[in-house]
Amino acid sequence: MEAEAVTFPRIVACGDSALSVELSDRIDEVLNDRVIALAETLTTNPLRGVEEVVPTYRSLMVVYDPSIIRGAVLTRELGKRLRGLEPSDATARRFTIPVVYGGQVGLDLEELAAMKGLTPARLVELHSAAEYRVYMIGFAPGFAYLGGLPDILHTPRLEAPRQRVEAGAIGIGGKQASINSVAGPSGWRFIGRTPLRLFDPDRVEPFLLRAGDRVRFRPVGQDEAAELDGAVAAGRMIMEPA
Amino acid sequence: MIGLMVKQAGPMVTVQDLGRRGLQHAGVSGSGPMDVPSFRIANALVANAKGEAALEFAGTGGTFQVSRPVRFAVTGGAVGIRIDDKAVRPWESHDLFPGSTLVIGGLRNAVWGYLAISGGIDTPPVLGSRATHLRSGLGGHQGRRLQAGDSLPLGDAVSSPHLCLRTPWRSAQRFIHIVPGPQDDYFDTQAWAIFLGQPFIVSAMRDRMAQMLDGPVLLSRRGHDIVSDGTAPGSIQVPGSGRPIVLMAERQTTGGYPKIATVASVDLPRLAQTPSGRDIRFRRVSRERAEDLLIAEKLALGDALANLAEKSAILDASGDHPQ
Repeated sequence: MEAEAVTFPRIVACGDSALSVELSDRIDEVLNDRVIALAETLTTNPLRGVEEVVPTYRSLMVVYDPSIIRGAVLTRELGKRLRGLEPSDATARRFTIPVVYGGQVGLDLEELAAMKGLTPARLVELHSAAEYRVYMIGFAPGFAYLGGLPDILHTPRLEAPRQRVEAGAIGIGGKQASINSVAGPSGWRFIGRTPLRLFDPDRVEPFLLRAGDRVRFRPVGQDEAAELDGAVAAGRMIMEPA
Repeated sequence: MIGLMVKQAGPMVTVQDLGRRGLQHAGVSGSGPMDVPSFRIANALVANAKGEAALEFAGTGGTFQVSRPVRFAVTGGAVGIRIDDKAVRPWESHDLFPGSTLVIGGLRNAVWGYLAISGGIDTPPVLGSRATHLRSGLGGHQGRRLQAGDSLPLGDAVSSPHLCLRTPWRSAQRFIHIVPGPQDDYFDTQAWAIFLGQPFIVSAMRDRMAQMLDGPVLLSRRGHDIVSDGTAPGSIQVPGSGRPIVLMAERQTTGGYPKIATVASVDLPRLAQTPSGRDIRFRRVSRERAEDLLIAEKLALGDALANLAEKSAILDASGDHPQ
């Protein structure tokens, strides 16, 4: 059977209580902006019966209660909103994340640099010079998928995942960069750590980042990192958008 | 303020409420009960509000004591329950006093059971919910499954008559309804014929996050990796092995495998409660039909909860007597 061409955007069912507004099947900054803009219209101007909106790379999942709004009606409403959408990245928040490169958590730094024919210092320079986009939050609470990793740093994941990687670990997986939000198993490669906590359920703002944010990494030394560790341990939010 | 003491715990006993809402965009799984209707009936039998926390157990319950008199109910399926030496029934409320021991054995025709206690389990809410999410260690009692020696605080109880469920909530059924999509077009007519035409076996590889299915293999014509998108309860994802995995209460919020279909909401608890090794068959329905089924079930559950019978009335009417 021939694979028929799929045209986007399309709105598809995810069962009887969720649907997905698909703008593409690929990763694209412009379309990710539209996904986030559509999510924002549903936050600022909610539709009755919509319970959750989940922006991802290229699609928006909308969770609804069919006893309040039927999927067919919701599909029409979302279609209208999609046509009137005016995405703007002027509203994107920008953060700078302090990173101690290397060390116990950043255990792959030297090997990765050697793989790429770079000095560790040059790798750090490349990683911290780029601006990254938070395409989506998923996988674990507060886990940010970052696009914008320089091509030379693209690296396949490990064959065998490590059983435990610390929260705050700065990772590379394929074409993506990441900041671990919770400790756990991971097959990504890690080059450093940030004292910041992307997720802390006891904080007034439990999540530091959201889809659409822009992130840069800033190398810091051990002394500054120790100070930041202290501030984080004391429960102070130590990062504001630039 | 101790209320419930865990003397022994089955392999998977967790504190659950109706789950975390509105945080999927932040990567937070909803969690909550595997079988929401059974959970809600348990709470209603002890006059708890629907959002109170109760215990969920897989297979075997455990042994419990209380530091103050409580009312409790066990639901989910057929299960042996003893208060000291006296056997009591599931799907109805009973008293438990300090000094007595409650033993909940193994479920016989189901997988997930619920123990609700009057006043509810009063562990501190995390991100607006007491539901345990094991993988991220959130909520419930220290974010983990219960073990012998744990003590859990209880909330204030509302007085009520002893209640029981008039008719069993759920009857067995052969078919699990599915709605195609969101990646139904990754699978050709042959894969769809297999998916809808052949039985799958409920695998013993199952937990609160996912239910694996044994049986025929489903191959995607466009590969088994997609750019990650959102997951729903009941998403049937198909990884490269071709063996379908149904995502359950504790699923990740996003995933990168194509999803051939989504289990209808009304049938997801039925799948969760199907013992390992049993056959199931999938039956395709439209989204509209699945929505109709869900709306009808919501009304039916509301009716069942509003019409719980007073135990004494039932016993009198039948000429039966309490043992």
